[in-house]
Amino acid sequence: MATTLWIGTRKGLFSLRPDARRRTWRLSGPQMLGHIIHHVVQDPREPRRLALAAKTGHLGPTVYLSIDRGRHWQEAKSPPAFRKAGEGEPPRAVERVFWLTPGNPSEPGAWYAGSSPAGLFRSEDHGLHWQPVAGFNDHPMFPKWAAGLRTPDGELLHSVRVDPRNARHLYLAISIGGVFESTDGGADWAPLNEGVAADFLPDPKVAYGHDPHCVILHPGQPDRLYQQNHCGSYRLDRPARRWVRIGERMPKHIGDIGFPIVAHPRDPDTVWVFPMDGSKVWPRTSIDGKPAVYRSRTGGRSWQRLAAGLPRAQAWFTVLRQAMCADEAPRVGLYFGTTQGEVWASIDEGESWRCLARHLPEIYSLTYAS
Amino acid sequence: MITVRVPSPLRSYTAGAAQVSASGRTVAELLGDLDRSHPGMRFRMIDEQERIRPHIRIFINQREVRALNEGLSATDEVHLICALSGG
Repeated sequence: MATTLWIGTRKGLFSLRPDARRRTWRLSGPQMLGHIIHHVVQDPREPRRLALAAKTGHLGPTVYLSIDRGRHWQEAKSPPAFRKAGEGEPPRAVERVFWLTPGNPSEPGAWYAGSSPAGLFRSEDHGLHWQPVAGFNDHPMFPKWAAGLRTPDGELLHSVRVDPRNARHLYLAISIGGVFESTDGGADWAPLNEGVAADFLPDPKVAYGHDPHCVILHPGQPDRLYQQNHCGSYRLDRPARRWVRIGERMPKHIGDIGFPIVAHPRDPDTVWVFPMDGSKVWPRTSIDGKPAVYRSRTGGRSWQRLAAGLPRAQAWFTVLRQAMCADEAPRVGLYFGTTQGEVWASIDEGESWRCLARHLPEIYSLTYAS
Repeated sequence: MITVRVPSPLRSYTAGAAQVSASGRTVAELLGDLDRSHPGMRFRMIDEQERIRPHIRIFINQREVRALNEGLSATDEVHLICALSGG
């Protein structure tokens, strides 16, 4: 059952807390009013701990940490930063910390952070001090993998995933750059994009240069990955290396473009997406102004439209990649936040929806904390 | 000691003070001294490549400086400015 939904917005941090039946929700905040909050993440290894990626319009990027479930926040002592550029090297500076991921349970203080422009960072002391991951940031192929092709929000490193069985097995994604895998704790990396379309490139069958919007790894079956990409939605069952486009089973008029993709906490075959309009000039809004979540119970072989309770027309929702999540209740709760500042919830796995909050700032991140 | 005027976004580092004192023969030294007294403040203004961040401006008295090696004297007043950054 959801204890807290953390809402990271363009103007501060908010939270929603439910009653025992998830019927009534209490909105709290803002904390850090005016801060741009890209991601708020609970540490499942030590649930009282949270980390939060923030900056303001004027000031540089940083990370805040809580050891009391978000009541108080302390700034990192050395936030994620690239190493000083050598002679002749392009100077890289973190413009924003975009993504946070707790490390493997065998490494209690380990965290990873992804930045814009693309960079990977690691902390070994619960986020107080951060170091660049040289194996990725200084990889000989890095200038090609992260070639500086910016999304409208910049080049983004996100979806850092740690294999719960093996701390040295890592995935990450770059928009724009593709999905990459390390099997040696981040010392070396290789692209993992076979089968993924890159329709915007002259050669759509490139090894890298793709635009993954969100990559997830099923917690109970870590060899099952899903990806919502700029060019469709995909599944990958390791050790295979070729992604299968599961979005082709979506209705043609809906398509398979969007930002988030959310896993069921226990069933690896159940996944939810929020399709958005990727046609013509890419409005990235709900299709025809009729928002709907789509769910697959079959690993993407079939899809079901879930729109009961959502507006039936003239609702032009955009849901960003960190702004949709599931809780762990026996009947899973599903939540999404929109760039219009609304939070919507379903406590029956997507069957029916209701609005929990309106009039918030633009929502960047919506995360569940137990 | 040099008087440093602190803009509101940075006052969480100075316990709310709009004016603090710091020492240094250059802007870089002054910022280093500020960071020792108010840890974390410098990185919010200066990136890891020693560049002033895009929406930060530093003035010595009435003159804007762009380089951290600019010299300072004890009678100078340093203004840290948060330039407008949109809505």
